[in-house]
Amino acid sequence: MANIQDLLKQRILVIDGAMGTMIQRYKLTEQDYRGERFKDWPSDLKGNNDLLCLTQPQIIKAIHKEYLAAGADIIETNTFNSQKVSLADYGMETLAYEINVAAAKIAREAIAEFNSPEPKFVAGAIGPLNKTLSLSPDVNNPGFRALSFDEAVAAYYEQVKGLTEGGVDLLLIETIFDTLNAKAAIFAIKKYFRDTKQEERPIMISGTITDASGRTLSGQTLEAFYNSIRHARPLSIGLNCALGAQEMRPHVEELSHLAECFTSAYPNAGLPNAMGEYDEQPEDTAHFIEDWAKEGFVNIVGGCCGTTPDHIRHIADHVKKIRPRPLPVVETSVQTEKEEAAIS
Amino acid sequence: MSEATIIKPYLRLSGLEPLTIRPESNFVNVGERCNVTGSKKFARLIRENKYEEALSVARQQVENGAQVLDVNMDDALLDGVKAMTTFLNLLQAEPDIAKIPVMIDSSKFEIIEAGLKCVQGKCIVNSISMKEGEEKFIEQAFICQAYGAAVVVMAFDEQGQADTLQRRIDICEKAYKILTEVVGFDPQDIIFDPNIFAIATGIEEHNNYAVDFIDATRIIKQKMPLAKISGGVSNVSFSFRGNDPVREAIHAVFLYHAIRAGMDMGIVNAGQLIVYDEIEPQLRELCEDVVLNRREDATERLVAFAETVKAKDKAEVKDEAWRSTSVEERLKHALVNGITDYIDGDTEEARQKYPKPLDVIEGPLMAGMDVVGDLFGSGKMFLPQVVKSARVMKKAVAVLTPFIEKEKEEKAARGEISPSGAAKVLMATVKGDVHDIGKNIVGVVLGCNGYEVVDLGVMVPAEKILETAQKEGADVIGLSGLITPSLDEMVHIAREMKRRNMKQPLLIGGATTSRTHTAVKIAPEYENGVVHVLDASRSVTVVSNLLNKEGKAQFLQQTQNEYLALRNQFLNKQKHKVQIPYEEAVVTKEYFDWKNYKPTRPATDGIKVLKEFDLGTIARYIDWGPFFIGWEMPGRFPEVLSDKIFGAEATRLYNDAQKMVEKIVAEKWFSANGVIGFWPAHSNNRDTITLQTANGEVKLESLRQQMKKAVGQPSYSLADFVAPDTFSQDYMGAFAVTIQGAREHIDRFASEYDEYNKILVQILADRFVEAFAECLHENVRKEYWGYAKDENLTNEELIKEGYKGIRPAPGYPACPDHTEKLKLFSLLNATENIGIELTESLAMNPPASVCGWYFAHPGSHYFGIGKIGRDQLEDYAKRKGMSLEEAEKWLRPVLE
Repeated sequence: MANIQDLLKQRILVIDGAMGTMIQRYKLTEQDYRGERFKDWPSDLKGNNDLLCLTQPQIIKAIHKEYLAAGADIIETNTFNSQKVSLADYGMETLAYEINVAAAKIAREAIAEFNSPEPKFVAGAIGPLNKTLSLSPDVNNPGFRALSFDEAVAAYYEQVKGLTEGGVDLLLIETIFDTLNAKAAIFAIKKYFRDTKQEERPIMISGTITDASGRTLSGQTLEAFYNSIRHARPLSIGLNCALGAQEMRPHVEELSHLAECFTSAYPNAGLPNAMGEYDEQPEDTAHFIEDWAKEGFVNIVGGCCGTTPDHIRHIADHVKKIRPRPLPVVETSVQTEKEEAAIS
Repeated sequence: MSEATIIKPYLRLSGLEPLTIRPESNFVNVGERCNVTGSKKFARLIRENKYEEALSVARQQVENGAQVLDVNMDDALLDGVKAMTTFLNLLQAEPDIAKIPVMIDSSKFEIIEAGLKCVQGKCIVNSISMKEGEEKFIEQAFICQAYGAAVVVMAFDEQGQADTLQRRIDICEKAYKILTEVVGFDPQDIIFDPNIFAIATGIEEHNNYAVDFIDATRIIKQKMPLAKISGGVSNVSFSFRGNDPVREAIHAVFLYHAIRAGMDMGIVNAGQLIVYDEIEPQLRELCEDVVLNRREDATERLVAFAETVKAKDKAEVKDEAWRSTSVEERLKHALVNGITDYIDGDTEEARQKYPKPLDVIEGPLMAGMDVVGDLFGSGKMFLPQVVKSARVMKKAVAVLTPFIEKEKEEKAARGEISPSGAAKVLMATVKGDVHDIGKNIVGVVLGCNGYEVVDLGVMVPAEKILETAQKEGADVIGLSGLITPSLDEMVHIAREMKRRNMKQPLLIGGATTSRTHTAVKIAPEYENGVVHVLDASRSVTVVSNLLNKEGKAQFLQQTQNEYLALRNQFLNKQKHKVQIPYEEAVVTKEYFDWKNYKPTRPATDGIKVLKEFDLGTIARYIDWGPFFIGWEMPGRFPEVLSDKIFGAEATRLYNDAQKMVEKIVAEKWFSANGVIGFWPAHSNNRDTITLQTANGEVKLESLRQQMKKAVGQPSYSLADFVAPDTFSQDYMGAFAVTIQGAREHIDRFASEYDEYNKILVQILADRFVEAFAECLHENVRKEYWGYAKDENLTNEELIKEGYKGIRPAPGYPACPDHTEKLKLFSLLNATENIGIELTESLAMNPPASVCGWYFAHPGSHYFGIGKIGRDQLEDYAKRKGMSLEEAEKWLRPVLE
């Protein structure tokens, strides 16, 4: 595998777009989701997109290939909800490991079959869980937590194991609403690689600024968030979801000044319109992102909710010739500054 | 632009907000009062489970300027892990406290780790040390690192606490080496505590403890400049406990010297820090003697002086001004700031002031929650704060509930109303959707406002929601969803509610929902009330309105009116986009390099009339695509000829048309006449183009795009395609062409009841006139104007507008105002020259007529104006010398 660190110094890499939007195009029925294996499953399964890794792998692979053809350098596994905490909604806790292994393999196969001369990478997608570690779901009892840190670590650990054994190149902790959840994921990754004595896979971290306050759902400012996860020593830090490129710009800019590592950003296709649809045109999304690239804010770009291979194609076209954000110079001493002060 | 940033190796902590400790940072205050071993009050509150009051201790310190909050639960009588977890979890719900980083303080590592599991920000662990050996130290350091915490390292090893200067330095150096080389710690995340011990104890060996600490600080900072120095300051004055004025003076003097030596932070009582310069000089002198160990009798002298200093009670410094405002203001303040300290008393006071206890809820409390909702909506408050406000509300409601109940019972006893329980709200995330964080928040907010909430969870089928609602007798149903398909499910549920003849109002919420979607898609399906709830903070107001007998009808009517308006608005301007002000649009005009542009002087001066243009030539320019569209046969030409569905019919039609074209040309059915003209022209850098004609100046007025575009994308106007008068002389042209004679044949076919040929000839007349315009445009480019003499394009390239320059028509997207046609006609004298008439609505007769402007600049292009704003309308009306009403009438299609 080509060294992604070296590649990131040469050019801006493109990560793929929305999986859900693409799955919707297939207009799958409850039966399609169930497949043969889960035809008698007691609960509804329609909407359990990650399950398609087991029941409709050819669809997931086809979507991966569409994104590869559009110019994505990094494709994300279809595993946003694939850990036992979230899968409990469907009573499918025990399938977590299996889905992650399958999803990683599907992405690997898609890359092998696409057979590009350019290096392509699989990022194991690790979502935020459907329960938060910093917020109480019960206002009468603000000290209550629906989930413990240890439970979150256990769920993430299993997901990381599945993804790694399935063959991902990178681990992507994304759509972070609650930093403590992300810290549990980081803890699980560090623990997994220490336990198995393997070299750690590069970690990508992508938080979510949810609204006009410019903070995460759990209330942190962007800089506070970065300080809180910096110990992961990630390959990249970035933002995704909740905002369109236009709204995301000031935050991407701020992050580009803060981050010691590479930066990433994959916004939604604008904000949802009144009908709940994302209608920002590929050309427009690409324009915004091209602007970030020209300003030197980013190393990895792509799309989140509502983006399509067409968006990715436009984004890839617009950024391919633009110099990536240079890695910051991280000083290791404060001596020079004192000397400067002494001279001046 | 993309110069690499320089990132300094600073200690970067965080709570909800960041805290960066730079070399030039002032001393960082770590609040010491949330410590069960150091504060009797705090210990008592924790032991008695009074966590809410314990949080007030934390809040007070933040208000007093603590930048980091130390939390210590080391008490033999406490379950430390549980107390630490409970307190820190509660603290996370207090944004005004949680904004600062936490220092998790314990001598038991299991308590430290329990604390680390509760805090999202970057914490400080206080402390780890080598007292149980290196191995244990390394293991604990790894764990701290996995949680991302900075660590305080005590100068402590297996032989005990370092009490000499040399041992302090040796232990710290060793720990530093292990942490950076073995564990891989960032040096800036290491904080040393070189032990602050009590001085002036009467024991001689203790006299130099403060000096040793200060010297150790100086040396450690020299050897390990990125590491930080911290310490528990109160220890130093332990022998003067009970005499706060003296203790505070000692602290101030000690800190003054330690900070100058490089001490970065310390655990202090943030409310009691006094300024070195403000210490009474005699006391300061005595304290310096003790701290710096300057005299043998320093201790006795200070002790003697201390007895003369009265311990004055200090009023706690805290902004309590809000306490003196009206009870309504106080309730509002408490709600907005999430303060529960006085809420019981204030609510009681309000209850006595208002006629009914319910009035307090519906009056001042709701008013306060509305403020919270507004602040939240505008991004000035964020979610944890709103949840906190909800808790204050809950407490207030709890005070009022017994009185409300009593009133109800009395009324019931008098037979006025039947007793009933709390109103019931049924909530669910719809089928196919598993998102429920927002719904849970709405549930708790409603719950603390006294509503009974029945939550069915996620992925709930319509059947189950509606059956449960009927069985449980829910008063309101709330639906939530985050993904797009959930919107359709909500529409389905509304429809089902109607089918089942349900009466409950329906609330819609969740990230993808919107007022417009609710108004357009959901509300029309169910007439007993559908209300979109923007966020949790609004839910209370909405539900209370819906459950208020007198207010409900009015509220629903009002909502319905709003939604009706929204619906109409939506249908009218589906494509509405954000606009920029007109003046901003003018500034973001399209700029061309006029300096290096050489306009071509038209080969034709003034007007040229072309009578009876050759029809055979025109026929070669026909674009057959629109011909098939005219026959409602979608698809491109020539592909449409082989279309599966239309192919056969299209081919037959095409053959018939070809035959008719031959006849038209051969038998001269039509007569093609045109007029063109060219004039010197310049723009004014805005939207007016001035033409110099033989009869003087003619001003043409353009409109400009106002939709918000991506950065750097210009706002187009035709005026941008003509050079401003400051540059070389530019030119512009106009044309009008018409096909006459079609009427006769149309009437003929009509009289023969031959509808097919009638339509065929009509459509062909249109094609001919368009082809004429195309053909003439080419002649203009190559000959009559002559700016593109060498052009050599195929018909397809012409159709695809592969040429330089454009010919936009008044009344079409780039220049939608039909009244400019009046100027064009007068310039070309078109009615007289070629016989086109303008109707009162400015349509051209014969209908097979085309007119337009010629722009030659190679950068000129077609575009649509889109919607314009009132500001441009007003400016345009003024330019045109029209009344606003008249301008509005002509521009209606481009107005919002």
